[in-house]
Amino acid sequence: MDGATTSAAYPSTRRRTIANIAFSRIGPMLALLIIVVPVTWVIVDIIVRAVPHWQWSVLTTNTEGATGGLKNAILGTLVLMGGVLLIAGTLGVLGGVFLAELAGVNRKGKERGGLLRSATEVLSGVPSIALGLVGYLALVVGLHWGFSLLAALLVLSVMVIPYIARGTETAVRQVPTAYREGAQALGMPNGYGLRKVVLKSALPGIVTSLLIALAISAGETAPLLYTAGWYTGTPKAQLFHQPIGYLTYPVWTFWDYPSNEAHYLAFDAALILMVIVLILLVLARIIVNRTQRHAEGSGR
Amino acid sequence: MAAQPSPDPLVLRVRRRLRTNEHHIWAWGGRIAAFVPLIALILIVAVLAVKAWPAAKVNGPGFLTRSSWNVGNAYGATVYTHGVAHPLGASYGAWPVIVGTLQSSLIALVIALPISIGAAFALTERLPRIVAETLRYAIEILAGVPSVLIGLWGALTLGPLLANHVYPIIADHMPDVPVLRYFRNPVGHGEGLLTSGIVLSLMIVPIITATTRNLFATVPPLPKEGGEALGMTDWEVGRKITIPWVRSGIIGATVLGLGRALGETIAVAMISGSLLNTITPNVYGTMGTIAATLVTQLDSAFNDGTGFEVKTLAELAIVLVVVLLVVNFIARLIVRRTGRNAAPLGVGL
Repeated sequence: MDGATTSAAYPSTRRRTIANIAFSRIGPMLALLIIVVPVTWVIVDIIVRAVPHWQWSVLTTNTEGATGGLKNAILGTLVLMGGVLLIAGTLGVLGGVFLAELAGVNRKGKERGGLLRSATEVLSGVPSIALGLVGYLALVVGLHWGFSLLAALLVLSVMVIPYIARGTETAVRQVPTAYREGAQALGMPNGYGLRKVVLKSALPGIVTSLLIALAISAGETAPLLYTAGWYTGTPKAQLFHQPIGYLTYPVWTFWDYPSNEAHYLAFDAALILMVIVLILLVLARIIVNRTQRHAEGSGR
Repeated sequence: MAAQPSPDPLVLRVRRRLRTNEHHIWAWGGRIAAFVPLIALILIVAVLAVKAWPAAKVNGPGFLTRSSWNVGNAYGATVYTHGVAHPLGASYGAWPVIVGTLQSSLIALVIALPISIGAAFALTERLPRIVAETLRYAIEILAGVPSVLIGLWGALTLGPLLANHVYPIIADHMPDVPVLRYFRNPVGHGEGLLTSGIVLSLMIVPIITATTRNLFATVPPLPKEGGEALGMTDWEVGRKITIPWVRSGIIGATVLGLGRALGETIAVAMISGSLLNTITPNVYGTMGTIAATLVTQLDSAFNDGTGFEVKTLAELAIVLVVVLLVVNFIARLIVRRTGRNAAPLGVGL
């Protein structure tokens, strides 16, 4: 591209052929193999460890010490996911829609919201453990909430809002301008047209980002250790002063306990967690695929 | 609904009123929501700074260079230094975990970068579309597997396997020369720096691969065909046309991966062996990273009645956040600079 290669002595054809075979045929395939094998391995490994001693009672009994079941943890994770969907979903989608549609332009004709967008980007780079520590210092101790559902929800929400906001913004931006013009031409009020036309077409993208955010919050451990604590009873409808169980805790805590029962519980939790996360991810993928096919089929 | 007679005019009026004013809800709700990340970011930095300040006063600048992690005597007297309460004999230094963080992330990058670029190349250039798409989903799923599960696999399956069957072979054949010396015995039990680096690389490969694949897909066919017409082999086309075309994007993706590796907590905490006060003598030794320390020291910090260890952890978290921000800033500089004069399209996606 820069013309510098022409004057240099070029390597022999044979060496070039060998390099070509090594780097362009074998290398990439090998690289792909190195990625795909561990994915399969992790999944199979967890199944192999959990299934032989699997008992369905795990789903219906609570944890006792390091034995018992995981009902409390499963319900806790579901409660946390629901709360995140409510808080982060609302804020993330609203923020994304605002940045994509409503922020407008400044006097120089440049798009506004640059600062907010960079803040979102920087926030998504802050490691989750730092968020957890802040949640502990500010909410659990600072505001005397104790280990509590609300502290965990706020920390998880702050963690996933950037993903949802960015996903929503991208999805809304991909809606063709003609749709908006069509809505206006039909005399729809701005906000109504935004909801009925623009957001409706952007819905698959938004739902995908929500599902991924849910998968992230279901699989998160570090910030929850600092904010949710751990509770072996069924989750209570209480925002403050009440710790809550979640599925990642048994995995993280029980895997190196001395007793076999604790190990089994850790593997069971890992399996359930993996099933939840995989369902969410596959669902997200299916939605993306269907809408893409639809978009291509409609010839736009 | 359609079969109903026309509804009450009052209902119609209210509905129309709502519709005409709906954009206020979107505009104001959106405005507030869009500020949440900025406010959260400011609060995070502020809370960490306020809580870390007493610890910074006691630990001093030596916190960054000292190699010790001594919580002090929990049952002994509480001592006051600069007006800050801490247990007698508490002495903290983060040098080993800072080094450990950089070492493990570096190993992860060195492993992940060539694999990612190779895999992205295979996905865009080598495989039939349906196979490539399927494998792409597999990689996407790897990116979504919770790190605690990868940590479980790394600690119970991969670590022991490597320590029993792979590391001894490497260690026995390494000559006693600089750099390679770090690969010599003892190999340990699978918890340690190299295992952490390998597992970290696995966690950042999906990020780099996905971005690089998308970048490769944006390279127009004409320059590549031109290269082939000049008699270049596929590898030469890839090395001299495709990769330079998207170089800045690849750098951006790499730094994204680096950020994830630096901040990864749970998996490393399960695999690293959590050594806090010494730097590992070879690549197999146990070690700790900043993020992993933040979570492994949790219990001991809760037990510190003076709350001093929690403050020290806040100081450690600030170090981590600053490192990450600096890395991101450097990455943006690089992307901006190379983006200007290298690739015509290379701004990335």
